[in-house]
Amino acid sequence: MVTSITSFGRSGLYDWMMQRVTALVLATYTIFMIGYLLFNPDLSYEQWKDLFSGTGMRIYTLLAILSLVAHAWIGMWSVSTDYIKQAGARFVFQSVCGLLAFIYVVWGIQILWGI
Amino acid sequence: MMYALSLSLESQAGFNEAAEMLQESFLAKLIAWGLVSALLYHFFAGIKHLVMDMGHCEEIESGRMAAKVTLIIAGVSILLAGVWVW
Repeated sequence: MVTSITSFGRSGLYDWMMQRVTALVLATYTIFMIGYLLFNPDLSYEQWKDLFSGTGMRIYTLLAILSLVAHAWIGMWSVSTDYIKQAGARFVFQSVCGLLAFIYVVWGIQILWGI
Repeated sequence: MMYALSLSLESQAGFNEAAEMLQESFLAKLIAWGLVSALLYHFFAGIKHLVMDMGHCEEIESGRMAAKVTLIIAGVSILLAGVWVW
Protein backbone atom coordinates (compact mmCIF):
# COMPACT_ATOMS: atom_id res chain seq x y z
CA MET A 1 0.00 0.00 0.00
CA VAL A 2 1.37 3.44 -0.86
CA THR A 3 1.83 5.33 2.41
CA SER A 4 3.23 8.66 1.24
CA ILE A 5 2.36 10.54 -1.92
CA THR A 6 3.77 13.98 -1.18
CA SER A 7 7.42 13.13 -0.67
CA PHE A 8 9.90 14.10 -3.37
CA GLY A 9 11.08 10.74 -4.56
CA ARG A 10 10.01 7.11 -4.58
CA SER A 11 11.70 6.29 -1.32
CA GLY A 12 13.09 7.93 1.78
CA LEU A 13 16.55 6.84 0.73
CA TYR A 14 16.15 8.57 -2.63
CA ASP A 15 15.15 11.79 -0.82
CA TRP A 16 18.08 11.37 1.58
CA MET A 17 20.50 11.06 -1.37
CA MET A 18 18.96 13.93 -3.35
CA GLN A 19 19.12 16.18 -0.29
CA ARG A 20 22.88 15.64 -0.10
CA VAL A 21 23.53 15.88 -3.84
CA THR A 22 21.58 19.14 -4.16
CA ALA A 23 23.28 20.45 -1.01
CA LEU A 24 26.69 19.99 -2.62
CA VAL A 25 25.58 21.76 -5.79
CA LEU A 26 24.17 24.65 -3.78
CA ALA A 27 27.28 24.78 -1.57
CA THR A 28 29.54 25.16 -4.61
CA TYR A 29 27.26 27.82 -6.07
CA THR A 30 27.25 29.73 -2.76
CA ILE A 31 31.05 29.64 -2.51
CA PHE A 32 31.39 30.71 -6.14
CA MET A 33 28.97 33.63 -5.83
CA ILE A 34 30.35 34.97 -2.54
CA GLY A 35 33.90 34.61 -3.89
CA TYR A 36 32.97 36.35 -7.13
CA LEU A 37 31.33 39.27 -5.33
CA LEU A 38 34.23 39.60 -2.87
CA PHE A 39 36.91 39.55 -5.57
CA ASN A 40 35.04 42.05 -7.77
CA PRO A 41 34.18 44.90 -5.39
CA ASP A 42 33.86 47.51 -8.14
CA LEU A 43 31.67 45.32 -10.34
CA SER A 44 30.40 46.95 -13.54
CA TYR A 45 27.09 46.28 -15.23
CA GLU A 46 28.87 45.02 -18.36
CA GLN A 47 30.91 42.54 -16.35
CA TRP A 48 27.86 41.34 -14.35
CA LYS A 49 25.77 40.98 -17.51
CA ASP A 50 28.56 39.13 -19.33
CA LEU A 51 28.82 36.70 -16.43
CA PHE A 52 25.19 35.65 -16.71
CA SER A 53 25.12 35.77 -20.50
CA GLY A 54 27.57 32.89 -20.78
CA THR A 55 25.89 29.53 -21.42
CA GLY A 56 28.06 27.84 -18.80
CA MET A 57 26.84 30.21 -16.09
CA ARG A 58 23.24 29.86 -17.25
CA ILE A 59 23.47 26.08 -17.00
CA TYR A 60 25.11 26.34 -13.58
CA THR A 61 22.54 28.83 -12.31
CA LEU A 62 19.57 26.83 -13.59
CA LEU A 63 21.11 23.73 -12.04
CA ALA A 64 21.32 25.64 -8.76
CA ILE A 65 17.69 26.81 -9.01
CA LEU A 66 16.42 23.29 -9.71
CA SER A 67 18.63 21.92 -6.94
CA LEU A 68 17.17 24.56 -4.64
CA VAL A 69 13.65 23.41 -5.50
CA ALA A 70 14.43 19.75 -4.76
CA HIS A 71 16.46 20.61 -1.65
CA ALA A 72 13.78 22.92 -0.28
CA TRP A 73 10.95 20.53 -1.13
CA ILE A 74 12.59 17.63 0.71
CA GLY A 75 13.52 19.90 3.61
CA MET A 76 10.11 21.52 3.97
CA TRP A 77 8.42 18.15 3.49
CA SER A 78 10.41 16.80 6.45
CA VAL A 79 9.42 19.85 8.51
CA SER A 80 5.76 19.73 7.57
CA THR A 81 5.39 15.99 8.17
CA ASP A 82 7.03 16.44 11.56
CA TYR A 83 5.04 19.42 12.78
CA ILE A 84 1.78 19.78 10.88
CA LYS A 85 -0.32 16.82 11.93
CA GLN A 86 -3.63 17.89 10.33
CA ALA A 87 -3.58 16.54 6.78
CA GLY A 88 -5.56 19.47 5.36
CA ALA A 89 -3.30 22.16 6.78
CA ARG A 90 -0.20 20.19 5.81
CA PHE A 91 -1.46 19.82 2.25
CA VAL A 92 -2.06 23.58 1.97
CA PHE A 93 1.43 24.25 3.35
CA GLN A 94 3.04 21.86 0.86
CA SER A 95 1.02 23.32 -2.01
CA VAL A 96 2.22 26.83 -1.15
CA CYS A 97 5.80 25.54 -1.06
CA GLY A 98 5.29 23.93 -4.46
CA LEU A 99 3.79 27.08 -5.92
CA LEU A 100 6.63 29.24 -4.60
CA ALA A 101 9.19 26.79 -6.00
CA PHE A 102 7.52 26.89 -9.42
CA ILE A 103 7.46 30.70 -9.36
CA TYR A 104 11.19 30.85 -8.59
CA VAL A 105 11.99 28.47 -11.44
CA VAL A 106 10.01 30.45 -14.01
CA TRP A 107 11.29 33.77 -12.65
CA GLY A 108 14.87 32.49 -12.71
CA ILE A 109 14.57 31.29 -16.30
CA GLN A 110 13.01 34.62 -17.29
CA ILE A 111 15.88 36.54 -15.68
CA LEU A 112 18.60 34.35 -17.14
CA TRP A 113 17.23 34.20 -20.67
CA GLY A 114 15.77 37.66 -20.61
CA ILE A 115 19.11 39.45 -20.54
CA MET B 1 17.09 38.70 -3.84
CA MET B 2 15.52 37.54 -7.08
CA TYR B 3 14.07 41.02 -7.52
CA ALA B 4 17.54 42.55 -7.00
CA LEU B 5 19.02 40.09 -9.50
CA SER B 6 16.43 40.82 -12.17
CA LEU B 7 16.81 44.55 -11.59
CA SER B 8 20.62 44.36 -11.76
CA LEU B 9 20.61 42.44 -15.06
CA GLU B 10 17.83 44.41 -16.76
CA SER B 11 19.81 47.51 -17.73
CA GLN B 12 22.58 49.88 -16.70
CA ALA B 13 19.97 51.96 -14.89
CA GLY B 14 18.59 48.89 -13.17
CA PHE B 15 22.08 47.84 -12.12
CA ASN B 16 22.76 51.30 -10.67
CA GLU B 17 19.41 51.26 -8.89
CA ALA B 18 20.09 47.84 -7.35
CA ALA B 19 23.60 48.89 -6.30
CA GLU B 20 22.34 52.16 -4.87
CA MET B 21 19.50 50.37 -3.06
CA LEU B 22 21.95 47.98 -1.39
CA GLN B 23 24.08 50.91 -0.25
CA GLU B 24 21.42 53.39 0.88
CA SER B 25 18.23 51.57 1.83
CA PHE B 26 18.13 50.28 5.43
CA LEU B 27 15.44 47.72 4.63
CA ALA B 28 17.32 46.31 1.63
CA LYS B 29 20.45 45.92 3.75
CA LEU B 30 18.49 44.26 6.55
CA ILE B 31 16.85 41.78 4.17
CA ALA B 32 20.15 41.05 2.42
CA TRP B 33 22.00 40.57 5.68
CA GLY B 34 19.20 38.46 7.16
CA LEU B 35 19.06 36.12 4.18
CA VAL B 36 22.86 35.84 3.97
CA SER B 37 23.05 35.10 7.69
CA ALA B 38 20.44 32.35 7.44
CA LEU B 39 22.30 30.93 4.44
CA LEU B 40 25.67 31.00 6.24
CA TYR B 41 24.29 29.24 9.30
CA HIS B 42 22.51 26.64 7.14
CA PHE B 43 25.68 26.20 5.09
CA PHE B 44 27.96 25.44 8.04
CA ALA B 45 25.39 23.29 9.82
CA GLY B 46 24.93 21.43 6.53
CA ILE B 47 28.64 20.75 6.27
CA LYS B 48 28.50 19.40 9.82
CA HIS B 49 25.70 17.07 8.74
CA LEU B 50 27.71 15.84 5.76
CA VAL B 51 30.63 15.18 8.11
CA MET B 52 28.34 13.25 10.45
CA ASP B 53 26.98 11.26 7.48
CA MET B 54 30.54 10.05 6.96
CA GLY B 55 30.49 8.62 10.44
CA HIS B 56 32.28 11.29 12.48
CA CYS B 57 31.21 13.24 15.57
CA GLU B 58 28.49 10.79 16.52
CA GLU B 59 29.26 10.35 20.21
CA ILE B 60 28.00 12.81 22.79
CA GLU B 61 31.33 14.56 23.37
CA SER B 62 32.37 14.81 19.71
CA GLY B 63 28.82 15.72 18.70
CA ARG B 64 28.67 18.55 21.20
CA MET B 65 32.11 19.79 20.12
CA ALA B 66 31.07 19.75 16.46
CA ALA B 67 27.94 21.72 17.33
CA LYS B 68 29.93 24.36 19.20
CA VAL B 69 32.45 24.68 16.36
CA THR B 70 29.64 25.08 13.85
CA LEU B 71 27.94 27.78 15.92
CA ILE B 72 31.19 29.71 16.38
CA ILE B 73 32.11 29.58 12.69
CA ALA B 74 28.58 30.56 11.67
CA GLY B 75 28.55 33.40 14.22
CA VAL B 76 31.85 34.82 13.03
CA SER B 77 30.85 34.62 9.37
CA ILE B 78 27.52 36.30 10.08
CA LEU B 79 29.36 39.17 11.79
CA LEU B 80 31.72 39.43 8.81
CA ALA B 81 28.72 39.45 6.47
CA GLY B 82 27.32 42.25 8.62
CA VAL B 83 30.47 44.28 8.11
CA TRP B 84 30.28 43.55 4.39
CA VAL B 85 26.65 44.62 4.08
CA TRP B 86 26.66 47.61 6.45
